[in-house]
Amino acid sequence: MNSLYYQKKLSRNVGDKFFTSLSVFCAFIAILPLIFVVTYILIKGGAQINSDLFTLEPNPPGDDLDAGGINPALIGTLIITTIASIIAIPVGVGGGIYLAEYSKGGPFSKFIRFGVNVLAGVPSIIAGVFIYALIVSTKILFGSMYSGLAGGMALSILMLPTVIKTTDEGLKLVPNELRYASLGIGASMYTTILKITLPSAFRSIATGVVLGIARAAGETAPLIFTALFSYYYIVGFEDLFYEMGSLAVLIYNFALEPYDAQNKLAWAASFILVISILSVNIFSRILAAFTEKTKRV
Amino acid sequence: MEEKLILFKNRKRFGIEKNIDIIFKNTTLVLSSLVAVVLFGIILVVFIQSFESFSRYGLNFLVTSEWNPVKDEYGAFTAIYGTLVTSLLSLLITIPLGVGTAIFITEDFVPKFVREIVGSFVELLAAIPSVVLGLWAIFVMEPFFRDFFAFLHNFFGWIPLFNSEPAGRNSLLAIIILVVMLLPIVTSIARDSLNQVPKKLRNAAYGIGASRWKTIFSVILPAALSGIMAGVLLALGRAMGETMAVTMIIGNSNAFSWSLLSPGYTISSMLANQFGEADGSQVSSLFYAAFVLMILSLVVNIFAQWLVKKFSLKY
Repeated sequence: MNSLYYQKKLSRNVGDKFFTSLSVFCAFIAILPLIFVVTYILIKGGAQINSDLFTLEPNPPGDDLDAGGINPALIGTLIITTIASIIAIPVGVGGGIYLAEYSKGGPFSKFIRFGVNVLAGVPSIIAGVFIYALIVSTKILFGSMYSGLAGGMALSILMLPTVIKTTDEGLKLVPNELRYASLGIGASMYTTILKITLPSAFRSIATGVVLGIARAAGETAPLIFTALFSYYYIVGFEDLFYEMGSLAVLIYNFALEPYDAQNKLAWAASFILVISILSVNIFSRILAAFTEKTKRV
Repeated sequence: MEEKLILFKNRKRFGIEKNIDIIFKNTTLVLSSLVAVVLFGIILVVFIQSFESFSRYGLNFLVTSEWNPVKDEYGAFTAIYGTLVTSLLSLLITIPLGVGTAIFITEDFVPKFVREIVGSFVELLAAIPSVVLGLWAIFVMEPFFRDFFAFLHNFFGWIPLFNSEPAGRNSLLAIIILVVMLLPIVTSIARDSLNQVPKKLRNAAYGIGASRWKTIFSVILPAALSGIMAGVLLALGRAMGETMAVTMIIGNSNAFSWSLLSPGYTISSMLANQFGEADGSQVSSLFYAAFVLMILSLVVNIFAQWLVKKFSLKY
């Protein structure tokens, strides 16, 4: 008679309750790190934000009580990420176009797709080691050793797989009817790709690429022995061929200094880096959700 | 009348247009093969640079832990051991935590919007740069865990893993920060594979009277296992190559110790620390270490891809 009712004390129900609470506990633990990290960065980094931060050079660690600002590192991060994008976006989008539009699933495209996944798994520090051996130690770039240019190249290796993957997948989502229609009225293959398929996949590709750039902006390992670090303002074009600071390397260097002033500067740099990366992420998430809703009304 | 005729004339494509088409196709072909060039380039360059050290120490490099630039003696055992121990132990903690979170997100214990918030929080965690996590680990996490480590040492000091005085920066802290970094990877891949399990399976299990967790353990998790395994392997590859946060918190000491409470080394933290100032045969030895790291992560990655292909869901 009772067997049809829910019985709390039944071992299966007790077990279910136990595992459910365990799973809720896991989820609780999982969101803690983000909350703690972001809170500390907002509090500790936000307190350091002032106008000097954006305009001054950082002072070398030492007896100075005032650490200065992060202007060169901020500009350096922008320059290095731009260089990386200039290299990785054309190569990645071009490669993605080949995979999605031209290849017919043969061994070559299978191999390239496999290679993209493998390259995505290569540790970021290996990209730095590679560029060090190829460019820094050989002084192949007009005799300069550590340079912003070399740093940008190292970052581009990390961006490349992301860009190819998002282009490939974005183009695959474009319905074939569009291609047939375009080819059917006599457009050539490259007109079809440039005028029809690429524009209709633009938003998904752009989202992926922007996320890739945001990810690259926070990468440190490939820069510590390619771009190295610099305390001085970036004034002209020729600075590309010399050591260049970046926010990420500044955080790394100054976090390990025993001086309080430098540590504070590291927190301030983290604040700026994390706020920009998180806002790019959240913005593209909202945009993606919005596109999802308006698609195919 | 005249114009209409032109409209219906059989127009041929100009030679130049055909050429542009061919050039465009071949350009994209070259760009896509650049991936292979870069990949092989990396392997080749690192191998060539490590050749000097490779021919000098051979495989002994992997099992000796002497690292002495003055005497020119190099062996990377401490770093290799540290890489394996930190990545495997952190994975051991991350797997239940990540899969548990993924189950929380895919089941319906709580309303959908709460689950979506938890899901995006975990994914945003992946966007935090590793160097920032390192900074946070140094100034927030390390003081927080100090008493706990002292407790571990006092009560579990008889276990070799805890038998040294807790150092300010140590392997256990590196493991904890790795858990934070791996959690988003394992969770999001486990969530995707759990979502792909067809609803029919769940309904069938409920239909024959299985409870919710009986269904999860005996039906849903086994069906999603291959995807979860692949995610775990990707996370393992990531853990082995992770550099910044680990370098900042592991203490960077080449003295070998079984204890997790003493400072350690990983291959990537050794590279980050020494590459800038190294010269002579030390550079070659560092390249050798980099080569070992690359092979480790390549093997793990390729195995993960193979696993996905071999055991992907066929419903």
